Amino acid sequence: MPDIKVTPLGAGQDVGRSCILLSLGGKNIMLDCGMHMGFNDERRFPDFTYIAPEGPLTSYVDCVIISHFHLDHCGALPYFTEVVGYSGPIYMTHPTKAIAPILLEDMRKVAVEKKGESNFFTSQNVKDCMKKVTAVTLHQSVMVDSELEIKAYYAGHVLGAAMFWIRVGSQSVVYTGDYNMTPDRHLGAAWIDKCRPDLLISESTYATTIRDSKRCRERDFLKKVHECIDRGGKVLIPVFALGRAQELCILLETYWERMNLKVPVYFAVGLTEKANNYYKMFITWTNQKIRKTFVQRNMFDFKHIKPFDKAYIDNPGAMVVFATPGMLHAGLSLQIFKKWAPNENNMVIMPGFCVVGTVGHKVLNGAKKIEFENRQVVEVKMSVQYMSFSAHADAKGIMQLIQYCEPKNVMLVHGEAAKMEFLKEKIKKEFSLDCYTPANGETSIINTSLCIPIDVSLRLLKAESMKHNALPPDPKRSRVMHGVLVMKDSSTCLMDVDEACREAGINRHFVRFTSTLRMEDPGPSSKTAEKLLQLIKARLKDWHVQLTDGSISVESVLVKVEGNEDEQKSVYVSWDNQDEELGSYILGLLQTMGQ
Amino acid sequence: MKLYCLSCDPNKPCYILRFKEITLMLDCGLSAHTVLNFLPLPLVPSARLNNLPGWMPRDIADAHLEGELKECCGRVFVDSAPEFFPPQPKIVDFSEVDVILISNYLCMLALPYITEGTGFSGVVYATEPTMQIGRLFLEELVHHIEQTPKATLASHWKEHLHVLPAPLSDSLKPRNWRHIYDMKAVNDSLAKIQMVGYNEKLDIYGALEVTAVSSGYCLGSSNWVINSHYEKIAYVSGSSTLTTHPKPMDQGALKNANVLILTGLTQTPTANPDSMLGELCMTVANTLRCGGSVLIPCYPSGVVYDLFECLSSHLDASGMTSIPMFFISPVADTSLAYSNILAEWLSTNKQNKVYLPEEPFPHAFLVRNGRLKHFKHIYTEGFSTDYKQPCVVFCGHPSLRFGDAVHFVELWGGNALNTIIFTEPDFPYLEALAPFQPLAMKAVHCPIDTSLNFTQANKLIRDLKPGTLVLPESYRQPPGTAPHRLDLIIETDRPLLSFKRDEVLTLPLKRKQTQVDMSPELAENLVPNEVRSGVALATLTAAIQVKDNKHTLKILEEPEKPSSRKKSRALEEALNKKPTNYTWGVLDIDEFIQKITQEGITDAKVEQVASGYIIHLPNEDTLIQVEDSSTHIFCEGDMLLRQKLRTILLQCLNKF
Ligand SMILES: [Zn+2]
Repeated sequence: MPDIKVTPLGAGQDVGRSCILLSLGGKNIMLDCGMHMGFNDERRFPDFTYIAPEGPLTSYVDCVIISHFHLDHCGALPYFTEVVGYSGPIYMTHPTKAIAPILLEDMRKVAVEKKGESNFFTSQNVKDCMKKVTAVTLHQSVMVDSELEIKAYYAGHVLGAAMFWIRVGSQSVVYTGDYNMTPDRHLGAAWIDKCRPDLLISESTYATTIRDSKRCRERDFLKKVHECIDRGGKVLIPVFALGRAQELCILLETYWERMNLKVPVYFAVGLTEKANNYYKMFITWTNQKIRKTFVQRNMFDFKHIKPFDKAYIDNPGAMVVFATPGMLHAGLSLQIFKKWAPNENNMVIMPGFCVVGTVGHKVLNGAKKIEFENRQVVEVKMSVQYMSFSAHADAKGIMQLIQYCEPKNVMLVHGEAAKMEFLKEKIKKEFSLDCYTPANGETSIINTSLCIPIDVSLRLLKAESMKHNALPPDPKRSRVMHGVLVMKDSSTCLMDVDEACREAGINRHFVRFTSTLRMEDPGPSSKTAEKLLQLIKARLKDWHVQLTDGSISVESVLVKVEGNEDEQKSVYVSWDNQDEELGSYILGLLQTMGQ
Repeated sequence: MKLYCLSCDPNKPCYILRFKEITLMLDCGLSAHTVLNFLPLPLVPSARLNNLPGWMPRDIADAHLEGELKECCGRVFVDSAPEFFPPQPKIVDFSEVDVILISNYLCMLALPYITEGTGFSGVVYATEPTMQIGRLFLEELVHHIEQTPKATLASHWKEHLHVLPAPLSDSLKPRNWRHIYDMKAVNDSLAKIQMVGYNEKLDIYGALEVTAVSSGYCLGSSNWVINSHYEKIAYVSGSSTLTTHPKPMDQGALKNANVLILTGLTQTPTANPDSMLGELCMTVANTLRCGGSVLIPCYPSGVVYDLFECLSSHLDASGMTSIPMFFISPVADTSLAYSNILAEWLSTNKQNKVYLPEEPFPHAFLVRNGRLKHFKHIYTEGFSTDYKQPCVVFCGHPSLRFGDAVHFVELWGGNALNTIIFTEPDFPYLEALAPFQPLAMKAVHCPIDTSLNFTQANKLIRDLKPGTLVLPESYRQPPGTAPHRLDLIIETDRPLLSFKRDEVLTLPLKRKQTQVDMSPELAENLVPNEVRSGVALATLTAAIQVKDNKHTLKILEEPEKPSSRKKSRALEEALNKKPTNYTWGVLDIDEFIQKITQEGITDAKVEQVASGYIIHLPNEDTLIQVEDSSTHIFCEGDMLLRQKLRTILLQCLNKF
């Protein structure tokens, strides 16, 4: 099965949710199992019936690999295992295994308890699902079964994010998940070795963006926060407990330190302290700088950022508050928003995507009045800012990754179709690689040339290498390996012909020819032999021609002169069938001389 | 394949393995036993040590020897900075070493001696915990010795070994002993380490694949599997099958190796670690109850974590919740911090805690609630205010020759209420105590060595079924401390080779095959001929490409058109042409005669002889000699006739 097949069930020419089916070497692998945050109906989960219209899925899917804890990559996992009934192996890194269940539970609560949705997974589902997960460490080679091997590489997108290398036989694929090629405030840059996969499946969220904009966004963010507190305003930053929140905290913490600011910064308690604890314990997954200094000072022990108390909402004066949830759809962040929105001095900064229907989404769309269920109307006079801080590779980063791992084919997913098209052309032009961009439900078939591993007798290999090394170097001459391939049971081994016959249990049948020609050449026959030797040597410069006991030999060709001193000489030329060319050439040579 | 042994201590191994033209060093253990010959380095000047009487050999009048040797309770010590005996670059030059594999942080103390100033230019592989905690061990060692510099260094005693009393007189090559390296050497050598994960396949110059697998002995400890395409060598260093804090030992990966190199078995085969731990807890509780304090000399990481855990809960259960525990080491803070961020290297129990999220080790909690206090030194700010007796002090060095432990033995030694408990198995405890005698404090020996014992090792060998077992000679006889315990040896039905220091072993690996890749196009062109049921042969001529030690067979491109080339080259290529097939089996005479007759050769006469047949073709002046495995055609110079016969003959023979 030399073809690799890929079908996105999500992330095919879109950024909604990632779920990609990969088939190689007879194995089916699900890459991520994400949920679409923009839908409230059955469209939020991937269409698993695509895999197998009926019957249990487990026999169709050999394993599921989750790249990182973002819900658009793992949000459908409990549904897939507990509702759809997949019971095979699931792999993710340790931090992902630690953090994903918290986000899943958070999301479940919002969906079921706040929005009253049904057909969702339960709290117990999340727990049961996580029990089935096998945690992996970076670079560890994991054998899923006797043929399927996977290996995680650092992706730098969020804590614990990984790219996965997947191999069956001599075919391999790299799936990047989301990744970031430049180190940020708390994570390092993605890294991969020259693993030369047959296919690289890369995200392409920022396919047309060129870097640097992130530093600018950070400056912009700090400037806006600073301006707001300078005029005595309050800044609300709705966040999810894990991920961007920690990065923004580090950003503010270092800025506060540098600018020597005294205005209080609060982090709404609950999940957050716990969340920061995850970061403290998985510090080996953060960047060099944080790892190096963590004994003296753990970057996630914030000095300027204090726990928030609800009573502070009405405190006078400037302050900055991080509060959950991130989309202002419920909870503390919404409560604070209602209080602060009517004041034009205040500001809300939305650092991420908001689902349609949430207060966050309305606010971002410029709503000036928001009505709530209890007919309460809140006027929005505060300034509203949107700032994306997601850490994805840009076009340059994607090209860099291609350069690092030297794939034979590239596939772009998790991006917008138009932007992908641009990058696809760039990849084709710069690397002359085939580049695929399948839509959801569309299958791409990638032909791969399959190298076949065979055994070679060490003796044969050494003989060739000795012969090669003895010759003067010549880059034009190709090195030649000659032997007999023995195919027996399931093994294939190249040997020299005699070894091969022994191995196969058969006898060679040697064929030899001897031709006689007469030659008028008075004098002792040894003289004649000497003459013939010189003639042959002159014509066969690179050959090993030698004279022993009056016979001239080249490979299996033997030339022997007989006859008395003054008589006509008989010259016998004999050779093995395998030296037919050489033997008949020498015979012809001597015949012309004899005439 | 050859194995060179550079270490005499199986628990501080250092071997060289030469295999497929690669030179691998297995561990760089440093035996620190030599330091026992030296006087302790006290943190504050010690009148007792200063006033020890000098010792001079009789009949020797070497003035330089004056003041080098001191006597304490019948033992003679060298009054100088302690020295170590690192592995010697005698049989192998360290600049030739391509790769160093480090199994655990206890097997790497000689690393700076090997990589610095020796021309070493290879890479060092170790897991992240091995490197991070190894750094702590190296730093602590340097720090301990550098903080108490000696004004004069003794060296003349080495010239008079034969007149010195034992054990000094038994010193092995003291002229090769070295002072401790400095921090620069430590940093430079650590910078050469490349971190690896468990089960991460490392490619060594395309020739070998090396993998670290969990050994269960300490944080990040590993055994190594070294693979070529056809051979597997398993190197077992410090390993444990007991359940403590590290990730359990991975035995599956070591199975069915052609060669198993086994080292690092327990140094205290007669002591059971579990009962020792129990005894330790009891002894501590008893001492504290009587108002005495307890000193536990230790390394900055390892079993000490388990001691914190067990001892604190034992003291809690005994109602001694207010007794402080002190952990004093220049690297105490780092050690405690690191232990709690290495979850991926811990036992499942400890690992699962980070999912809560809680620190995997309870010592984080003990530190937060003030139960365990850690300080860099005894003179660190805050220690004197927190210090109160009775208490339990954990500090280094277990040899009692340097570090804060020296201070506590001097301070508490005179009081019979106090106890010193030896848990680290690296040094004979009576020798460690020798320069402090006479002592009033109790000395209790509770060695806790979680390494494999002989029963466990013998079972392991039975399970792993290695082709050949290779081990230190000392494992084939009972230990010196228990000469009658015939059960304390390795017994196996596997072929066995043993080695000792400075020996070279040739390991029984005969490679016959290696693996290459064949391009699919070449494979498509193959014409296999079944010569027997299930056996097919195909003659093959291919281009071979060699890159990074990896071979690929591809289609041999036809040479360009002769016109564009030199004539001689074309001829050479034509003559060089390899046969496309080979003949085999027996010639069917009747078929052959029938075929040549069809081709107009009608005068064949077949004569049966002892070796087969002779076919005469009198008109053609030709004779064909046929045997079971050969046919020889003798003819005159008629080219056409010979080629006709050849074609027919080849038609009649089996080919592959
Ligand atoms: Zn993401």
